[in-house]
This record gives sequence, C-alpha cells and structure tokens, in this order.
Amino acid sequence: MNDTVTLAHGAGGKQTAELIDRVFRKHFQNRYFTSDDASVLPAPAGKMAMTTDGFIVSPAFFPGGNIGKLSVCGTVNDLTCMGAKPLYMTCAFVIEEGFSMEELEQIAASMEQTAAEAGVVLVAGDTKVAGKGQADGCFITTTGIGEILDGVSTSGRFAAPGDAVIVTGDIGRHGTAILLARDDYGIEADVKTDCAPLWNPIHALLREVPGVHVIRDATRGGVGTVLYEIAHEAGVGISLEREKIPVAEEVKGVTGMLGLEPLYLACEGTMVLFVPESLTDSALRVLREQSYTAGAAVIGRVTAENSGRVIMETEIGARTYLPEPGNELLPRIC
Amino acid sequence: MKQMERAISILREYSGPEVRIMEVCGTHTHEIFRQGIRGILSPAIHMISGPGCPVCVTGTGYIDEAVWLAEKKGCTILTFGDLVRVPGSEESLQTARAKGAKVRTVYSPQDGEAYAAEHPDEECVFLSVGFETTTPSSCIAVKNAVRDGIGNFSLLTANKTMPMAYEAMKDSTDLFLYPGHVHAITGLSVPRMLADTHQVSGVCAGFTARELVTALAVAVTNFEKGGYFFVNCYPRVVREEGQPEAVRLVDSMMEPCDDLWRGIGRIEGSGMKLRQEYASYDARIRYEIPFMQGRTNSGCRCGQVLQGRIEPGQCPLFGKVCTPEHPSGACMVSSEGACSAYYLYGDHQTLL
Repeated sequence: MNDTVTLAHGAGGKQTAELIDRVFRKHFQNRYFTSDDASVLPAPAGKMAMTTDGFIVSPAFFPGGNIGKLSVCGTVNDLTCMGAKPLYMTCAFVIEEGFSMEELEQIAASMEQTAAEAGVVLVAGDTKVAGKGQADGCFITTTGIGEILDGVSTSGRFAAPGDAVIVTGDIGRHGTAILLARDDYGIEADVKTDCAPLWNPIHALLREVPGVHVIRDATRGGVGTVLYEIAHEAGVGISLEREKIPVAEEVKGVTGMLGLEPLYLACEGTMVLFVPESLTDSALRVLREQSYTAGAAVIGRVTAENSGRVIMETEIGARTYLPEPGNELLPRIC
Repeated sequence: MKQMERAISILREYSGPEVRIMEVCGTHTHEIFRQGIRGILSPAIHMISGPGCPVCVTGTGYIDEAVWLAEKKGCTILTFGDLVRVPGSEESLQTARAKGAKVRTVYSPQDGEAYAAEHPDEECVFLSVGFETTTPSSCIAVKNAVRDGIGNFSLLTANKTMPMAYEAMKDSTDLFLYPGHVHAITGLSVPRMLADTHQVSGVCAGFTARELVTALAVAVTNFEKGGYFFVNCYPRVVREEGQPEAVRLVDSMMEPCDDLWRGIGRIEGSGMKLRQEYASYDARIRYEIPFMQGRTNSGCRCGQVLQGRIEPGQCPLFGKVCTPEHPSGACMVSSEGACSAYYLYGDHQTLL
C-alpha cells in the first residue's frame, strides 16, 4: 500500500476499501461499525443531546495531541456540557492528496484511544480525498449523541447572581501550544495542550452535585469569550479576581511576551462551571479528586449589576472591564 | 507589598493642587487601564494619555506609502500586526491584503530580514515604526542584510525620538511619566535637562502595577512640595547613561530628520532615517515613492486626544462609528491607543 493518501483512495473502489480496512476498521472496530450504509443503534431511555463540530487545526500534530484526539474531545466535551453521557459518535474525514498514511493512522489511533477513555463508540465514518491544495492536510468533522443524566439541566441562561464561577484547571494552554507549534514567533517554551475528554470528571461531579447551573467548554475564544456569552444570555454581570485565575507559568511567560490575554486563548480540556454558592465547596472537592480537573478553582462570582459585562478586580484592588472579545484572535486553533 | 499599599493610599488620599500627569508611552497607557489605576486616583490627579504609541502617531500618508508599495510595486510588506488595520487615506493594509496585496505580520525586524532571505524572488519592505526601543532592532536587521548580502530587503522608516516631542507637549501637562524601557536605552540626560532648565518635571517608571503606582505616588508627593524635579523610579533597569552601544549603533546607521506626527504635525528633528550609505535599504529612495500627504477622517479627533486636549469620549466618533472593529483613527486600532483603552477597559467613573 502507498505511504501517502492519493485521489484513488477517495474514488470508492478497491483502494478506498484498503484505506478503510487499514486505518479505520482497524482502529474503530466495535459491534456497531458495519459495512452497511448506516449503523443501527439502540435508543437511550432518557433525553438525548446531539452535537457536531468541524476541526481544521494547523498544525495537525502539536505537543500533547493531534487533530484526531481533538476531534473526539471536542464532541465528547460538548455533550458533557449538557450533562449527557457520550454514547455514539461519527466522523467524516476530508484528506488532502499526499497526506502521510502513517500520520493518518496515528490520528485514527488517537481517536480510538480517546473514545475508549470517554466511553463513547465510533459507529460510522466517511472519507473523502481532496486534490492537492484544495484542503490543508486533514480536516475532521465529528458528530455525537449522548444521554442526559436524570435530574441534570444546564444552560447559559441558568447563571444566577451569587453563583460561583469555576474553571476546571489552568487556562489558555491549547491556544498557546498551537501558537508555539506554528513557530511564527521564534519563541521556545514547553507548553502542552490541555486537550482531554472531560466526561469522567464531570460525570463524577454531576453524580454528587447535580444542581450545577452552567457547564461550558472554553474552546475557541477561551474563558473570557464564554463568560461574555453567558453574561449576555443570562442578563447578569460577572466579577472576576485576576489573582485567582490559574495560568501556568510557561503560558504566563509566552502570553506576557506577545501581549496576549490568557483569558482569550483556547482551552480544549478546561471548562467553565457556574455553581450555586451553597454547592461550591462540594463541587470543588469532587473536581479536585479527578484527573484533568485537579486544578479547579473559583475565579469569580455572578452579580445582578453590570448586566452583560465581565468586570475584573485587578491586583491593586481596582476594577475595570475585561475587554470584550473582538477581531481575529488566532485562526485555525481547533 | 507594604510599599505598594502605601503608594495606593497616597494616590487615593492626595489632596494637593490639581495635577496633570501625561503618560507618554503606549505600554504605560495600556497597563494603567488594564490595572484599573485611574480608578484609585484622587479626583485631583488627572492622567493624560500622550503620544507614545508608535502606531497612533504614524501619519495616514505613511500607510498610503505602504499600500502604494504593495499595490503599485508588488512589494511584500512585513509589519507589526497593529499597523495592518490602521486606516490610510483610501485603504488600510488589511483591505489591500484582501485584494491580493502581500502583507505579512512579523514579530521583529530581524524576522523580516530572515523572511527576505528565504524569499529572494520577493521585494520585501519592513515597516519600521517605533521609538528608541525598537529603532536599534531595525538597524540590526539592515546590518544583517548587509552582512548576508540580502538585496531584496528595505525599511520604510517612520522611527521617532522622544526629546523633541516632550518639548512640543510640555504645555499639555504638569509632569511626564517617562517610559522606563526608552530611557533604559537613551539614559536620563534628557529628562534631567527638562527638569533643570525647561521647568518640566517627571518620573521614570517600569511597567508592573507595583512600579506604576509607586512612581505615581513619588510624582504627586514631589509635585505637592513644589519646584521642578526628576526622579528615576526604575533604577533596577534604567541607568544614567542608558545603553551607549545601542545609541551608537543607531547613530552610525541613521540620522535625524523632521517627522510628521499624526494629529500633532511636523516636529523638527523628531524622526530618524537611514544614512546615505544605506540608501539602497531605504524604501523611499529605492522605489522612488512620491510624496504622500495623507488625509484623515474629518471627524476624527485623535490629534487632540494625543495631545491630551480632550478625553476620547469627547470625540463625536468614539464608540459610535469608531470602535476597535471599525476604527476611524489610529488611537482606536492599537491596543496601546488611548481610545482603544477607554473603549475596552471602560471609564472607571461609569463602572458600578
């Protein structure tokens, strides 16, 4: 078999079958993955959540992950935000002619591993090959279905004055890692993406603390963008304390040099939670016992005043607006 | 920590005569807003955002020159990101790029030179704006190009120096907050001379919250005592003599020229251009750029903002037609511009 993907692999004939066997069937084997035109699945008992997401990250491989892991985490985490246990996923690949077969297999292997960790099954897939220059490397779209836990109901609209704003870990690592991986700035620093499937820790949290108001994945636009979205959706203000926001030293160093605000850099394994004040301590206790969320911290509160605004309390005790996100931040980070 | 708390309480409780303090550096402007420092000042202390953001003081004609190079000469424009969105008379580099002009963002002049070396078939022009802190890197880039025999790299200079600008601005303020990184290079002779013989007081400050509040507290305490003074509040980094090597490098490659400051006008001897022996690295000479006057949006009052004559909110365009997404003037484009800082961080008086 060739060591790069060619247009023939997308033509639907023998070579397409070879590609599917070698790469996808090998890694996505499970009882629902068939040669038929669609998978036949048992329906969950409760309410379902469904989501879809496209991934075009450049470069496709970066410290701590690759586009395959990212594409599973993205959909798993979107379902997780609704309190939904991820059940089934599909994936559609658009691959540029000439893409390395070995890298494609690494991507598929990462997807297999990440899906297994999150307990989700890849039930169907599609492969298209685009001519050289008509796509860049490998693009993946994933779609997922999950079953919402009994008694859990989350939405940005539920944010209420008094709620604690929690981040599940230090922020801005994915955006920084991608920035460094592109090597546009000639800066050397050891920053790995935070990319991780968060169903397990959030499931543990929701079992003990089902009354969480909001769970939101802080991907494109980062935590700051998510907070502004929620402030608008719920018609509340959000007050943050600069000194409580966890940022890794390496990320601080890089963002300081480039004049970037970590609150606006993407996270792929860090979420923002809004939790009623009375539940804050137990939420933090559960999160800190789990992997991926051991660094959970309260960074601020919801207020009735300053509706639609995020206010920052600075290290000298003064208050300013957190600048509202705008313009192009970093393209192609997910 | 104690020192910072004491400085904060001095600034909160100051009850001396009204004092205007002009920060002349865009990085100071941005940090003062980001830290919310205006919000803790006594009502008798007025901060004025001066002309120290290189993007903000760069004239429209300069953008027109860059667009002309890209569109008429097919040059690859290498630039710091902020400049891309600054409106020219007709177009910005952003709109030119959308129509096919080659505009690339780089992080330093040396990166620009490296890009030129890797792309020998492109005519590369670096947009060399900035003050004493960045001018040495532009000189190093040209030096490297000479060393490496790179013939497709040149500078479009709009480098500026502060001394003449201090002189031109001195009636707009009672004292200057001098930028530490500029004086780390140029030394302290100019601010000392201004205090001793021109009745212009000032303090030199670093960039952290602690360094800024400390310097401001020193400034108002001395102002209340009366007389003219200069205090170096950033001695860790700023030495009397500065960095003579950097100054010598710039002097050996560049010479002063008159320069146009957006909204302020021509200031004699306030610009820097490459000396005759480096003429082939000077884009204006190399490409015979015609003189471009540049026109600004008639309603834009950036000029008065830069001179501290009005607050950004007093400009009729502010926050209405002029926003960071659709800037009419340069002060709204750059993250160091006064208008952008007001817009993004809010006016502390309106914050609940």
